[in-house]
Amino acid sequence: MSVSDHVQPESFAFDAQSEPEIAKALARYPEERKASAVMPLLYIAQDQMGRQTGSAWIPTAAMDEIARRLEIAPVRVYEVASFYFMYNRSPIGKYHLQVCTTTSCWLRGSDDVVAACRRATGISHFGETSEDGLFTMTEVECLGACSNAPILQVDNDFYEDLDGPRTEALIEALRRGERPEPGPTVDRLCSAPEGGRRVLLDEDTGQSQGQG
Amino acid sequence: MLSDKDRMFTNLYGQHDWRLAGARARGDWDGTAEIIAKGRDAIVSEMKASGLRGRGGAGFPTGVKWSFMPKGDGPLPHYLVINGDESEPGTCKDREILRHEPHKLIESALIASFAMGAHAAYIYIRGEFYNEARHLQYAIDEAYEAGLIGRNAAGSGWDFDFYIHRGAGAYICGEETALIESLEGKKGQPRMKPPFPAGCGLYGCPTTVNNVESIASASTILRRGAAWFSGLGRPNNAGTKLMAISGHVNTPCVFEEELGVPLRDIIEIHGGGVRGGWDNLLAVIPGGCSVPLLPKSVCETVLMDYDSLRENKTSLGTACMIVMDKSTDIIQAIARFSQFYKHESCGQCTPCREGTGWLMRVMKRMVEGRAEIEEIDMLEQVTRQIEGHTICALGDAAAWPVQGLIRHFRPVMEQRIRDYKARLGGAGTVQVPHGVPVAAE
Repeated sequence: MSVSDHVQPESFAFDAQSEPEIAKALARYPEERKASAVMPLLYIAQDQMGRQTGSAWIPTAAMDEIARRLEIAPVRVYEVASFYFMYNRSPIGKYHLQVCTTTSCWLRGSDDVVAACRRATGISHFGETSEDGLFTMTEVECLGACSNAPILQVDNDFYEDLDGPRTEALIEALRRGERPEPGPTVDRLCSAPEGGRRVLLDEDTGQSQGQG
Repeated sequence: MLSDKDRMFTNLYGQHDWRLAGARARGDWDGTAEIIAKGRDAIVSEMKASGLRGRGGAGFPTGVKWSFMPKGDGPLPHYLVINGDESEPGTCKDREILRHEPHKLIESALIASFAMGAHAAYIYIRGEFYNEARHLQYAIDEAYEAGLIGRNAAGSGWDFDFYIHRGAGAYICGEETALIESLEGKKGQPRMKPPFPAGCGLYGCPTTVNNVESIASASTILRRGAAWFSGLGRPNNAGTKLMAISGHVNTPCVFEEELGVPLRDIIEIHGGGVRGGWDNLLAVIPGGCSVPLLPKSVCETVLMDYDSLRENKTSLGTACMIVMDKSTDIIQAIARFSQFYKHESCGQCTPCREGTGWLMRVMKRMVEGRAEIEEIDMLEQVTRQIEGHTICALGDAAAWPVQGLIRHFRPVMEQRIRDYKARLGGAGTVQVPHGVPVAAE
C-alpha cells in the first residue's frame, strides 16, 4: 500500500497533550544528540493522530514537523518511519489487530486466531481495514510472549492463550466499546503454568499482582 | 533441579508486588552502597569469578565484557546499554524481568554502570512491550523519588541516570550495533566491527551492551557471592538461567532453572510433559529459532547448557525451547522461520537481503514438495553462502535452522517431494542437469 494513496493532511501541529511528552523524550538524550528522539517523537505523533482522528498513523506533515524540531533533514525521519514496522504511514482502523503467526504461536493454533479475526471483522487479507473502519488486521512476527501463545496484540495490549472462540468474543467486546483486561484468556497467572505454579511456592505471602 | 532458595527472580510470575515496597521486601536495594564501595575492580573480578555468561544468546562471559571498558577518566562519557529487544522467536524471558522485577534490573544497572565508569544507562525495549516499558518507567520514577538513582545514587556517591528507549518492531535491533544505531535515531543497520562498542559505541563513546537478564543477575550475584553462583550448574556453565517452554507441551511456561539439567527433565517437570507423552516428541528447538533443532533421539540425553548443546551441533541461545510433537509439519515450522528472517533482514548486506528471500521461496516449495530432490543440496549450499558472509549474525541465524532441518529431517523432505510427484504426476527424473545453477523463482 503506497502512502500516496491516502489523503495526507496539509499540516500537523503537536497538541497540548503531546508537548510535555516531547519535552520528556528530549530530556532523555544529550542536547547535542537530540536526533535520538526521532523514535519517541514518531510514537507521540502517532498517538496524537489516534486521539484526534481515531486512526493512529503518521502523516508526512508530522514527520516534517519532527524533522524541524530535531533539526535534521526530513528524509532522516522518513527513513526511520519506514524502516520500523510499528509506525503506520497510512491510516488504520480504530483497533489494530496484530496477530502473531510465527512458529511458537502457529504450533499452538494461530491459524484459528487469524480465521476468527477474519470471521469477526469481515477482513480477508492481512493489512486490510474492515468496512466499518473499526479494525485493521496485521500479521506480525514473534511478539516475545511465546509461553502464552497464541497471541493477539490489540493496539498496545497482549491477549494471550487464545483460541478461535475467545478471539471472536474479544473482537465482539471491542466492537461494543469494551476493553477486556489484557493478559492470559485462560486460568493462569501471567507466564506461570496453567493450573498453578510449580516453583516459588514457599513464600506465598504477597498478594497477586498481574499486569496492573 | 534448582530449589526455591537459589532462585534469583523470586517474583517471576508477578505473584507479589513489583513496585519498590515489594522489591525491597524481596531484598532488592539492600546495601547497594556497600556493594559499590567495594570498588570497580572488585566488582568486575567478582563477576568474572561467578562465571556468568551472557544470557542473550552468545554466551560471552559478562565480567570479561565489563573489563573491556577503558579504565580511568577519559574525555568521553561511558554508557551502559541494556538490550531488552527480546524478539528471537520462542523467547519470552526478559519480559518477565521488565514487568515483574524492574527494581532488580535498575539496581543491577546502577552497579554495572559504576563498574564500567558509566553515569548513564539506556535500556532498549522492543516496541511491542508497551505495558512492560510502563512498569519499568514506573519503577524508574520510584527509584528517582527514593534517591536510589540520580545524583549520589543510593548514597553511593555515584551519579547515575537510567533511561528507556522504545524500539518499534525491528528484530535486527537486538544486534548490539544495530541497537546503538537505533538509539542514535537511525535505521537499525548493524555496524562493522571493529571498532567494538567498548571503544566506540553509543555517540562514539565507550559502551557495553548487555542483555536484560545478564544485567539483572548482577545484584544477586554480588550480594550472595561468586562462589554461590558458580557452585550452581556445571563448570563453564555456571549458575541459573531463565528458560521458557512453548509449543506442544501440556503447560508452557517461563521458569528459572539451573544450567546442566537434562532437557528431558525440564520438559517433563516444567512443561508438564510433551502433549501425548514423551514418545510423541518430534523435535525441540532449544534456544530460540536461530539455533538448529534437535531430533528426539538427542533430546533423550542432552543437557540444557552451553557446552552440552554445542557438542550436539546446536546452541543454548536464549534457553527458550520450542517443543514440537509428531503432528508438526516440521518443514512448515522451519519455513516460517525463513519467512521471519526475510521480513527482518535489514537489507544492508547482499547475501542476507537476497538470500533470506531466496530461502523463504525455496522453503515454501519444500513445504509443498514442489521441488527436486537435488534442490535440497542446493538449499544447503546456499545457506553456506549466506553464513559468515554478512556484517552481523542475522545471515547465520537464517541459515542454521534450515541446515538443522536438512541434517535431521532430510528423509521427510525427500518423501514430501516424492509424494508431490506421485500425486501430481511430476517428472520422475531431474529436470535440471547436474552442475547447472537453478535460478530463484
